[in-house]
Amino acid sequence: MTPLLRRLRQDLFATPADGLVTVLLLALIGAGGFAVLHWALGQAQWAVIRANSTLFAVGRYPLDQQWRLWLLTALLAAATGLSWGMLRSHPRPDRGGSLWPRNDWMAVGMVALLSLALPSLLGLALPLQLRWWAIAALLLLLRWLAGRFGPLLPAPLKRCLPLGLPLLYLLGMVLIGGGLALEPVSPSQWGGLMLTLLESSFAILLCFPLGVLLALGRRSDLPLLRWGSVVYIEFFRGAPLITLLFLGQNMLGFLLPGGVAPERVWRAAWVLTLFAAAYLAEAVRSGLAAVPRGQLEAARSLGLSTPQAFTTVVLPQALRVALPSMVGQFISLLQDTTLLSLIGLMELLGTARTVMANPAFLGRNAEVYFTLAVLFWCCCAALGLGSRALERRLNPSTLA
Amino acid sequence: MTSSVSPARTDAAPMIEACAVQKWYPNGFHALRGVDLTVQRGEVVVIMGPSGSGKSTFLRTFNALEDFQQGSICVDGIVLSDDLRQIDAIRQEVGMVFQQFNLFPHLTVLENLTLAPVLVRKRPKAEVEQQARALLRRVGIAEQSDKYPGQLSGGQQQRVAIARSLCMEPRIMLFDEPTSALDPEMVREVLEVMRGLAAEGMTMVVVTHEVNFAREVATRVVLMADGEKVEEAPPEQFFSNPTQERSRRFLDQILISNP
Ligand SMILES: Nc1ncnc2c1ncn2[C@@H]1O[C@H](COP(=O)(O)OP(=O)(O)OP(=O)(O)O)[C@@H](O)[C@H]1O
Ligand SMILES: [Mg+2]
Repeated sequence: MTPLLRRLRQDLFATPADGLVTVLLLALIGAGGFAVLHWALGQAQWAVIRANSTLFAVGRYPLDQQWRLWLLTALLAAATGLSWGMLRSHPRPDRGGSLWPRNDWMAVGMVALLSLALPSLLGLALPLQLRWWAIAALLLLLRWLAGRFGPLLPAPLKRCLPLGLPLLYLLGMVLIGGGLALEPVSPSQWGGLMLTLLESSFAILLCFPLGVLLALGRRSDLPLLRWGSVVYIEFFRGAPLITLLFLGQNMLGFLLPGGVAPERVWRAAWVLTLFAAAYLAEAVRSGLAAVPRGQLEAARSLGLSTPQAFTTVVLPQALRVALPSMVGQFISLLQDTTLLSLIGLMELLGTARTVMANPAFLGRNAEVYFTLAVLFWCCCAALGLGSRALERRLNPSTLA
Repeated sequence: MTSSVSPARTDAAPMIEACAVQKWYPNGFHALRGVDLTVQRGEVVVIMGPSGSGKSTFLRTFNALEDFQQGSICVDGIVLSDDLRQIDAIRQEVGMVFQQFNLFPHLTVLENLTLAPVLVRKRPKAEVEQQARALLRRVGIAEQSDKYPGQLSGGQQQRVAIARSLCMEPRIMLFDEPTSALDPEMVREVLEVMRGLAAEGMTMVVVTHEVNFAREVATRVVLMADGEKVEEAPPEQFFSNPTQERSRRFLDQILISNP
């Protein structure tokens, strides 16, 4: 018997009962997997996805302006490749690490496979398929370049590179919405995966600083600040998101002077942000509670001011502890964006509902929902993997 | 800074002057009941006393980690008040070493040392790093500068903590039971560093139960009990011929475990 077989036997068939459980579970998994495969390859009619792939991706974004989204995708791919390579070429001082770990080869394989297989499965026109290949090639090329030549860059430039990310986000907003000599595209024409990602990234980025401030406010010595934070947090945690979304749609119109109430898309984004901030504040609070009191005292006794002590000593430790639960919040935020379809936004679920309402695609609900589930699963998996990598990078190998 | 700072800053003036300090904790507990203490420049004052007698509380009032309700404290010519700028000014002059080390676990040893001088004193990073390496050499852990605190032994961590305080170039060092959390074999290496500091003329206030250290290094020993100062004497006199009954009882106890 080979070692592998021996281990399998030890793990799965150690006793008759173990063996029985193993066999039963295998049968269940096998039957389930077979049924899904049988359905996906045999009965399902994927034409509904193929015909509407653009709609699912970007909604009713004007065709002649879609080059802007291609440009944005290319920029995002470039930024991803660059950051990935830079991170790998600068391993942490205490740990070392190779420029091309095995996980990275798997990721490269995934990117290549997805860019080659998915466009053709979706039946995209050849020029579009070529664009996806070019974008994937750009990502991988920059990954290689940054890994190979990143360390040679002058240090001040390297320190400025992360500043490019917020700039890229703002640029992305301009590319999507128009302005700066670009033709405006009204938010009512945004949709699909693009809108889902826009809403969730907006809320994730803004709820983070807001949540940290709320958590700090909750521990503040100033009673007004403390009670204000508590009331805020309990209010937003006490109401279901959907009611807050409806409230936002109706009330912001009254609260703000006529005409300046933001577009529905932005109103929803703000409600999501305010809602998520309350939950994030609780996650950060648990992180703050995990930092021993002596840390603040040591920092203060060295002469650091309270803000300095918090930003350099307490918060970095608190956020490390809170990271897993914060990412959990982000993931549920991403999934909560589906509620936006109920207030009439054309994000992924809203788009799906219009597609299924089309008589031409009657009865194709399973295919549509299946695709949606896979898309969400991919986004959440990406968030989870990213956070785990971040956690590994942030945590010194042994914390006292 | 205000006018209270500069005129008093002559070499003759005491480094710490605490008068009739009274402190109540928020729960009403009367932790300090009118304690006086004067520490001259270059002195090493050791504070002893049973657990709960208020030693830590007293020590921590010197750099305003604890507030107090009555009395006055003057550190290096600066009168302690609620003025935040003065508190920050005092903390830059006063280094503190804790029983639990309180190193920053997310920073390397070197970063632990350079953080405050760069951030608070606004000194150039390269210069501070050079000084930090010299300090680490002095406390005998030059090779560990890129490790994280969690990778060091307790004795090494406490020596890093001392070096971290020294990197701010303080005029006074406060030690709150610096060796109590250490295994016996590590106590010696930390005390060795403290002896060196005292020999260089650093003004030190040390809460400790290390009798030998007090005997050899202290200029004065203070005994506290129940929030009051019971006895204050040079070490020879304190250990051989205490005046108070309370001191005798305390000495009997610790000299049994600490011959
Ligand atoms: N935050 C607090 N609130 C209320 N009482 C406190 C607080 N901190 C300390 N005390 C009390 O004040 C008294 C003095 O405490 P302190 O820590 O100064 O004692 P100590 O002499 O340092 O003792 P030890 O040798 O155990 O460190 C103790 O009785 C303690 O219970
Ligand atoms: Mg104590």
